[in-house]
Amino acid sequence: MATTDAGLASDAHEQPGHGHSDHGHGDHDHPSYLAHHFDTPEQQFDSGKLGMWLFLVTEVLFFSGMFCAYAIFRAWRPEVFEGCSQFLNTKLGAINTGVLLFSSFTMAWGVRCAQKEQHKLLTAMLATTLSCATVFLGVKAIEYSHKWHLGLLPAGLFSYDPSNPHPVGGPNYLAYICAPFALITIGVAIWLVVSFLRGAKFQLECAKPLMVVCLCFFVGVGLGTILESGGDEGHHEDDHAVVASADGTAAEHGDDPSHADGEEHAEHVEPAAEAVAGLPAAGAMSNDSADLAVLERLASDATNTGLQDELAARKAQSERSGGGILYDVSDDASATVASAPENVLRPSRAGVFFSIYYCMTGIHAIHILAGIGVLVWLLVRSIRMDFNRNYFGPVDYVGLYWHIVDMIWIYLFPLMYLIR
Amino acid sequence: MSAHENAQEGYDFAHPLPLPLLAGTFLVLTLLTVLTVAQASFNFGSLDVLIVMVIATIKAVLVGAIFMHLAWDKPFNIICFIGSFVFVGLFIMFTLFDSRQTVKDSIPVMDDAVVSAPAEM
Repeated sequence: MATTDAGLASDAHEQPGHGHSDHGHGDHDHPSYLAHHFDTPEQQFDSGKLGMWLFLVTEVLFFSGMFCAYAIFRAWRPEVFEGCSQFLNTKLGAINTGVLLFSSFTMAWGVRCAQKEQHKLLTAMLATTLSCATVFLGVKAIEYSHKWHLGLLPAGLFSYDPSNPHPVGGPNYLAYICAPFALITIGVAIWLVVSFLRGAKFQLECAKPLMVVCLCFFVGVGLGTILESGGDEGHHEDDHAVVASADGTAAEHGDDPSHADGEEHAEHVEPAAEAVAGLPAAGAMSNDSADLAVLERLASDATNTGLQDELAARKAQSERSGGGILYDVSDDASATVASAPENVLRPSRAGVFFSIYYCMTGIHAIHILAGIGVLVWLLVRSIRMDFNRNYFGPVDYVGLYWHIVDMIWIYLFPLMYLIR
Repeated sequence: MSAHENAQEGYDFAHPLPLPLLAGTFLVLTLLTVLTVAQASFNFGSLDVLIVMVIATIKAVLVGAIFMHLAWDKPFNIICFIGSFVFVGLFIMFTLFDSRQTVKDSIPVMDDAVVSAPAEM
């Protein structure tokens, strides 16, 4: 019996055989929070901590497998990682890094609160940490749904099409991701109202912070939406930059096929440029959006069919060259079998990048979910005022877990989002 | 009560970290994040990965030493944790050596029909 109540201080508290459990310093008696088989709270804390550290070691080794996969594929195909990394929104990644760092800070502060027996502040810190976790997941939901919508999926499912980047009629992925969170939020809201009406004080105290935590998920979704749409214009500029840099790297590598391809491309443009008055010189294709706008206005006259056709051709060409990052633009007869392996930014390879991306960030997100689970447990216990300066182990251990999740993201963020 | 328990061995062992230290660490971590994002807009060539990893490692050390209290922890815990990274290093290094000896990836180039759909007007 005594061994089963190791982690449940309140159980021990109610054991008849363990009377005056608060300050029992007798030969046999021990405080309610001290398990039977430990001599002192310090011994209990150190044992738990060693166990936690060993668990964290397994976590590090577990993630190292994925980092190893990353290292190998990046060593093999650095250009695939460079190209595909452009599809990850650095702003969202940076915001999420900040959110996680802040949650680490509040978690460390929470440990301090538990040690100093600041019960109210501890509850606030745990609730803040939880809120940051749900904000993180909300932003992640936007990132994932946006990529799924574009078809930026793992190998085998990868269906991104640069000339039609926004396919219509796909399922509303964001709604699917949000649905479970919405259900939980509604459940917590009902719990809040019921416990308020029934006057269940403790339950109300638990439901209030949890309600905030649930709503924070949607704050994260909103934040992600704003940043994702706000970054759209920048994204287009990025695309052009990518095309330019792709050309640059091709030239650097002295890559003959793509080099020839670029020239071919320029030649292709020239007749069109001569045909339409006022067009910029060949080679400036990707920077002439202003001229395109003027042409668009001219072509808006329905009778001007010639100019409309010209514009259509120009746009098609511009978009095709814009897709140069993912697909070899020489998709005609010059694309021989020999040159095919050089086209590294192909769906099968880009898909491998996204396989690794989803695997690593997805398992990280699962760790966040697990962290949310244990933090909710801590929150309830903190409201119950279970922790004191001799018994703060659970807060400390969960804190360690939370910090390692943060640490993994510290490495994931630059490795995924910041590849040039 | 605290004086009473202070006398007892194995009680009151907690050493709460000062709040300014925690806040300062958070601040430094945020600044390092800004630095990482900022450096991505410069081209350091092959040094790129190295710089990024050094910054990330500084951040990880800060989180480990201060937030995870490793700087004040038992040496055995520190050895366990650092040891795991040593083994991760060995693991990745040897796998990379191995992969260098083989050809590049053998991912079949299929499902690669290059898109030639006309642009939408």
